[in-house]
Order: sequence, then structure tokens, then C-alpha cells
Amino acid sequence: MTTDTHMASAELGDTIIKIDELNKWYGQFHVLKDINLDVKRGERIVICGPSGSGKSTLIRCINRLETHQEGSIVVDGIELTEDTKHINDIRREVGMVFQHFNLFPHLTVLENCTLAPIWVRKSPKREAEDIAMRYLERVKIPEQANKYPGQLSGGQQQRVAIARSLCMNPRVMLFDEPTSALDPEMIAEVLDVMVGLAEDGMTMLCVTHEMGFARKVANRVIFMDGGQIVEQNQPEEFFNNPQNDRTQLFLSQILQH
Amino acid sequence: MTERTRIPLHRDPKVRAILVQVLAAVVVGYGFYSLFQTTVDNLVARGIQTGTSFFDEVAPFQIGFTPFFDYTLGQSKYIDVFFVGIQNTILVAVLGIIAATLLGFFIGVIRLSPNWLVSRGALVYIEVFRNVPLLLQIMFWNFAIFLPTLPAPKNSIAMGAFYLNARGFHTPLPVIENTTGVAIWIALLTVLGIGLLMFARRAKVLFEETGQRLPVLWISLAVLIIGGYIFYLVSGSPLSFDEPVLGRFNFKGGGQLPLPLFSLWFALTLYTSAFIAENVRAGIQSVSHGQTEAAYALGLSRKNTVNLVTIPQALRVIIPPTISQYLNLTKNSSLAVAVGYEELVAVWAGITLNQTGQALVIIGMTVAVYECLSLLTSFVLNWYNKRIQLTER
Repeated sequence: MTTDTHMASAELGDTIIKIDELNKWYGQFHVLKDINLDVKRGERIVICGPSGSGKSTLIRCINRLETHQEGSIVVDGIELTEDTKHINDIRREVGMVFQHFNLFPHLTVLENCTLAPIWVRKSPKREAEDIAMRYLERVKIPEQANKYPGQLSGGQQQRVAIARSLCMNPRVMLFDEPTSALDPEMIAEVLDVMVGLAEDGMTMLCVTHEMGFARKVANRVIFMDGGQIVEQNQPEEFFNNPQNDRTQLFLSQILQH
Repeated sequence: MTERTRIPLHRDPKVRAILVQVLAAVVVGYGFYSLFQTTVDNLVARGIQTGTSFFDEVAPFQIGFTPFFDYTLGQSKYIDVFFVGIQNTILVAVLGIIAATLLGFFIGVIRLSPNWLVSRGALVYIEVFRNVPLLLQIMFWNFAIFLPTLPAPKNSIAMGAFYLNARGFHTPLPVIENTTGVAIWIALLTVLGIGLLMFARRAKVLFEETGQRLPVLWISLAVLIIGGYIFYLVSGSPLSFDEPVLGRFNFKGGGQLPLPLFSLWFALTLYTSAFIAENVRAGIQSVSHGQTEAAYALGLSRKNTVNLVTIPQALRVIIPPTISQYLNLTKNSSLAVAVGYEELVAVWAGITLNQTGQALVIIGMTVAVYECLSLLTSFVLNWYNKRIQLTER
């Protein structure tokens, strides 16, 4: 069965990310092999797979934290090339949340959120602070605005990181294992925020092993192994009726606990 | 509750700690006392009375370089020599610290350049200047490079009213002609300065409210230079300039930066900057890669990422070892003896000690000066370092 039939659902918009025949090597190691992926506006994609399968590398290619050697990536009509202007134009529109939060420890929570709007979007400081407070309220930690990241728990830090990305008003959000470094209680508070984002229609690409989240939110689940997309499907089909042996093995291993 | 059993005194840790400390203090105190007494006895045996009475004796030698201090052969006293020495030490230390910091940062940053040639060049620079003994470097620049290559005073390289030759660098000096004029000029400059500060604050408010950025630095500089010159004319050009004039052997008049000062400053700067460059490299590398990635992912440019994210965090790591380098530079300036720059150790712990034999007082005072300079430097920088430390829980 092809996946394209599922993607034709009416609520989704035009294509925002188009990846064609993408190949990437780390030296001799072929880390991404012939990746083809179209992401529609408003689509929520969960990418899973064993470690070393290239899933993080794939989403890091989308905002050029990694360079690719072959194929093309077009984000919102702009092709990713060496051209630094294109790279910066794309990074402005693509938010990213990291496994280890990567908040700026020398700035307060509020300053973390206003840094990019002020320096990249050239927003007035007041306006940037108002917007930042709005997003901090949305991730439910406005009272921490004047603390430093080192004074917050992991879950709080990750919620600040999400707010920091949202302050740039991105069209796409990339999540690179956002809950892997968190305690179980904190995972819930971060996932809640992500579910909220999904409900508001944000286009999301999530590398995660939170299968509950995938079932609840994703339009499509992608399984990667050995640098290739092995299988992709709607979550119901993906979990209940996986086609590929490798997918079955992977699912049986992560779901049995 | 049972009553606490009494511990025998010799097994009570508190009593033992106090006892050991008292004993140690007595031993160390006696050591210092006997050293002091032996020295005084030896001095007395040679007919030297230890004391400070020699301070007021006239110093029978000339000091060539006394920029902030009037020193006249035949009138100035030994104690004046002390202050001239301190002043010359501080002068070369301050000039060296400023230059070594700028150069060290530059070398440290280009050491991490992705350009192979540039980063290897920086590496060679660091390894050469860090590994050759400083005394050798000072002598190399002074005796092998500057002295032979710079011309004699007769054939000085002239740049307007400035002259460069093997004796040093000669500059015109401003002389106050009209005291009230100068006072008016300074008052006008102060008003201008306050105006510019108010302008800078307005520009900051403007930036915060509208996001519009003014080139405050360039505007201020232009206003300061043009305004300063206009005010100078308005207050009746109250200064005249004493220009250096070539005499029979050397220049007369004007100010002079002697070649030994230049050689010493040059060598200290290169040597210390190599160490500071390594501190800067370590500091920048200590900021995790995730920080730059996060900044890039937000769309920040390379330049903004370095200035707003990397450097502020790197400074926490750079500053403490750089304090030590500043202290080292200050202390290393005493190697000036080799090229004849008249700093504290050369004129005070050298010439004055030889002439008066007052080892105890002179060495004690010299030690105290370096101690004070070092403590002051590290106090200021530690205060700054504390301000930029990260807040955690």
C-alpha cells in the first residue's frame, strides 16, 4: 500500500517541505540513503527507529545543522544550498527543539525567548517581551521568566526551549528527541505542550519514541533503519498492522515494556 | 539523658588542632625573627644602620625616563627614585596588559579558524612565543632587531613632528599656555560628554521601543572629535606644542618614549599574548556545540552567535587564568634590567640598593609594591568575574 493515499486528507494544505533523493555521508559512512519525503502544511509526522538509523540527521538536514551531499531539500519554496541567505531565511521559519534543551545559561528565561526576535527579526524589545510572555504562559511557566535556566527543572527547561522557538513564529517545528533526557513526570508536561501545539495546526516533525504521543497526534508515522525510510503509514495502521519485518521487530521491542 | 563523657585533652580534636597551630606559629615566627636579626647584625657589622633615613639623601644618578614625575639630578632624593620606579613599572605593565589582551584575543580566535593556514599560523605563533625564554626575547627585539635597524638620531624617520630613531620615539608635548582657557575647554568637553551620554541612553530607549538601531559609537566619535576641535578654538586655543628638535647628539624638547620601553613592551606583549590566546581558545572550546547549534537554529548569524552566545559564556573560563597572566606580565617587567628600562627593580632594588646597602628596607618595599599591584589586579578582575558567573539554583 502506498502512503500517498492517506496524505490526501482534506485538512492538510500544500507542500511545505519537499525532500528529493537525499543522500548524506559521514566520511565513508552512508548515513542517509535516497530519502524522499513530502510534508504538507499542518501535517504532524513522527519519525522513529533504532539509534543510528539517521532520523536525527534527517531532521537536522532540514535546517542545515547538517549538510547533505546529494539530492535536494526545499522548505517553503526556498531550496537549501550553500547560500547563507537561504539558510538564514529557512532557519527563521523553522523552529527546533533539542534533546538537551540547549538554553543559553547566561541569559534569563525571558532573554532566551527575546534574543532571536530582537536580533534576527529586529523586533522592538517591548514587543518581543510581550510575545515571549504570551508563549511562556502558553507553556505554563510565566512565573519563571526572570530566572536562569540553571534554576529550572528539566521539564521546565524543555518547555522554555519550545517557547523560545515559538517566539520566532515558525511555520514548521522540528523536535529532536525532546523527551529523551527527561524523568517520566516531566515527559508528560512537555508532551502536553506538544499536543497543544499540534491541536493548533502547527506543522511538526518529531523524532521520538513516545508511541502514545504518536497515536494521539501524528498524521503519519515514519520508521527509519540503516539510513532509509523503511515504512510509513497512518498511526493506526502502523502500530496494528506493520508491514516490514524490521518494523515489527522494533515495535515488539519498544512496546513490550 | 546521660551526661557526655569527658574526652581526655590529648584526644580532643579541637584542643589538638589549636595546639598544633600555636606550635606552628611559634616555629615560623621564630624563623622569621632569627632571619631578620641575622640580617640586621650583619648590616651593623658592616657599619650600615638599617632604617629609612637614606630616603632623604640626594640620589647621585640621573634617570632618563620620568614622564609623570619631575626628577632632577642633584635635587631629587632616593625616595623619588622609588616613586619613579613604581611609575615606570605601572606604565609598562598597563601598556603591556592592554596590548597583550587585544592581541591574545585575536590570536586565540583565529587559532580556531576553519582556514587551515590561518589556524596553523596562530599555532606557530603561540608555540614560538610561549616556549622561548622571555629574557631572550626581550634581548632579541632590543639588541638584534630594533637597535641595529633603527637609524641614528641624525637620520631619524620623521612623521610630521614625530621622530623615530634608535633612541626611541619622539613626540610633541602639549604645553598649557592659558590656564583659564584650558579650564573653559575642559568644562565645554564635559558638557559635550554628558550630552553624548544622554544621547546614548535615548538611542537605547529608541532601540527597545522601535527596534531601530543607531550607530551610536560612530556618531559619538565624530561629534567628540569635531566638537572638541571647535571648542578648542572657541576657548582660544589654550595649548601650545613643545616639538622635539634635533640637537648635536639627540633630540631636545618634546616627549620621548625610550627604545628600551618599546622593546620591553613589545616582548612582554608577544610573550603574554601567546598564553592569553591559549586561554581564549580553551574558553571558546568550553562552550558546548549545542549552544551554537541552538543559536543557528533560531536564525542568528555567525557574528551574532559569537558575540551574544559564545563569548559571554567563554569569558567565565577565560578570565581566571588570564588574571594570572596579567600578574605574570607585571612581575616579568622586572626583566627590563637587561635592556636598561628604568623600572622599580632596576633603579630601586638595583642601583639604590648597591649605593646604600639598605637591603632589608629596599627589598621589603619592592616586594610590597609587587604584592600590592598583584592584589589590586586580581581584586578588580575577580570582582568582574563574579559578576559574569552563571546563576544556578
